[in-house]
Amino acid sequence: MPVLVYIETQGEEIKKSSLELASYGRAIADAKNTPLIAVSFGLKDGSTLSEYGVNKHYSVTLEEDLNFNAERFSSSLVEIASQEEADLILVSASANGRYLGPIAAAKFKAGYFSNVIGLPLSYDPIQVKRSCFTNKAFSQSVSNKEKNILSLSSNSFGIHTKTAEMNEVVIPITPASSALEVLSIEKSLDQVTIADADIVVSGGRGLKGPENWHLIEDLATVLGAATACSKPVSDLGWRPHSEHVGQTGKPVASNLYIAIGVSGAIQHLAGINSSKVKVVINSDPEAPFFKAADYGVVGDAFEVVPELISKLKALKEA
Amino acid sequence: MKILVCISNVPDTTSKINFVDENRAFDSQGVTYIINPNDEFGLTRAIWLQQKEGAAVTVATVGDASCEAILRKCLAIGADSAVRIDALPQDGFYVATQLAAYAEKEAFDLIITGRESIDYNGGMVGGMLAAFLNTPYLANCVSLEKQGDMVHLQREIDGGIEVSRATLPLVIGAQKGLVEEKDLIIPNMRGIMLARQKPLEVLTPVDTAPSSAVHSFEKPPTKGPVKLVDATDIDQLIDLLQNEANVL
Repeated sequence: MPVLVYIETQGEEIKKSSLELASYGRAIADAKNTPLIAVSFGLKDGSTLSEYGVNKHYSVTLEEDLNFNAERFSSSLVEIASQEEADLILVSASANGRYLGPIAAAKFKAGYFSNVIGLPLSYDPIQVKRSCFTNKAFSQSVSNKEKNILSLSSNSFGIHTKTAEMNEVVIPITPASSALEVLSIEKSLDQVTIADADIVVSGGRGLKGPENWHLIEDLATVLGAATACSKPVSDLGWRPHSEHVGQTGKPVASNLYIAIGVSGAIQHLAGINSSKVKVVINSDPEAPFFKAADYGVVGDAFEVVPELISKLKALKEA
Repeated sequence: MKILVCISNVPDTTSKINFVDENRAFDSQGVTYIINPNDEFGLTRAIWLQQKEGAAVTVATVGDASCEAILRKCLAIGADSAVRIDALPQDGFYVATQLAAYAEKEAFDLIITGRESIDYNGGMVGGMLAAFLNTPYLANCVSLEKQGDMVHLQREIDGGIEVSRATLPLVIGAQKGLVEEKDLIIPNMRGIMLARQKPLEVLTPVDTAPSSAVHSFEKPPTKGPVKLVDATDIDQLIDLLQNEANVL
């Protein structure tokens, strides 16, 4: 039975996490020997999806004033999945993917698995490896349901191209009313988000005050990275909550995580544990972060970081 | 206004995570259990609505008698009544099904769940519960203001905030931001005394099967020692990141 992927967009572009999801869907479709179907909402041109192995693309058109709506998008997704007799829906670990997944699972009468890492370990029944205890452990979980929805951890599979013949179907979203109405979205489009970032630069209390955050921002800019912070920094109001990573904040699963002046409380380390390479810059050689990091610099952030920025800039220009 | 706050009993954030029974079960030995932090942000918001609007706040959990300590804490914080559905929380689907069966009979105006529990991180109870009750759901809720029959809401999205409004009933997924860490209520002696008098009802679960089972747990592989780079040799750090780690 076919595999269906929920494709998300940012402006006119397909989100990077959705390209990873399509690649993941292709690998699963190959293992199941079945077609891969993609569903997008309000995407004008989805032709690039064929490069990631999509066989059929449902482009759902929206009413003019409609943005993301979890209730309505999940209904459409489930309708298409039922019509195509799909037994597996894949969503990414984005804010919207995690939002819509469980609602769709209830409607689809499906099992739901979040934080999935890698390809399913078996398909009948579906068995997956997923992270739990905020990345302090993994579980192998088995579904009791015939239909399932998996939410893939970001950066856990990678983007792989594989060209396929693709059909395009354009359909309007099913008309429905919702008691929840989105009024506006306040978003800076030029900023790299923690969820989508390959590199995250994070600052802790060691930076002494919000006035020194240009160090974090400048390093992030030269690396094309997202900025983040530790819990005390967000509790002190130096940085917004949206930047707080850790157990009660956001999880980070970037390829490179650079922590500057972050001591490395257990809750913080849990939140960033899925990141592949961790670098710590801290003046205190006893900081717990050194035990969790791959590379460390014992030194004054106010000396090390400016030098790192200027060397990276020079490297970029060379 | 009737508010239900769904509470999960979770290991303290500093707990050592170990497994027993051939890695099939969490080792709770020596572990302190707390109110799931995301649920506690939601509970605090509910208490504010109780103080401002006279809302009646009920807390509910799915669990065995060992969960009653945190329910009593919720009552000490200010909840008016507590419900324990007497079953082991086998998975998110099972918990959502139990909560839906209870909530269906009670006609709550607002149901608050945490964004996710910090133990199994399923992040599914709120969305499933809302879908079972045929009610809208707002995930990652960082602001909720009631104005007449309308609630004004904010959701944290990737790289920003989404502003919305909804009519009640509604289910939300609470997280930090809905209230701040400093707003959390520490029970005082009076609250603790009062909590003893407040109703804690134990309900029989409805008959349903979980949608999944855990086959086994494992811990991440132990990491090798950190590679230290001299603070005066930033070139070496860049070289390692470029050529050894291949991340630049």
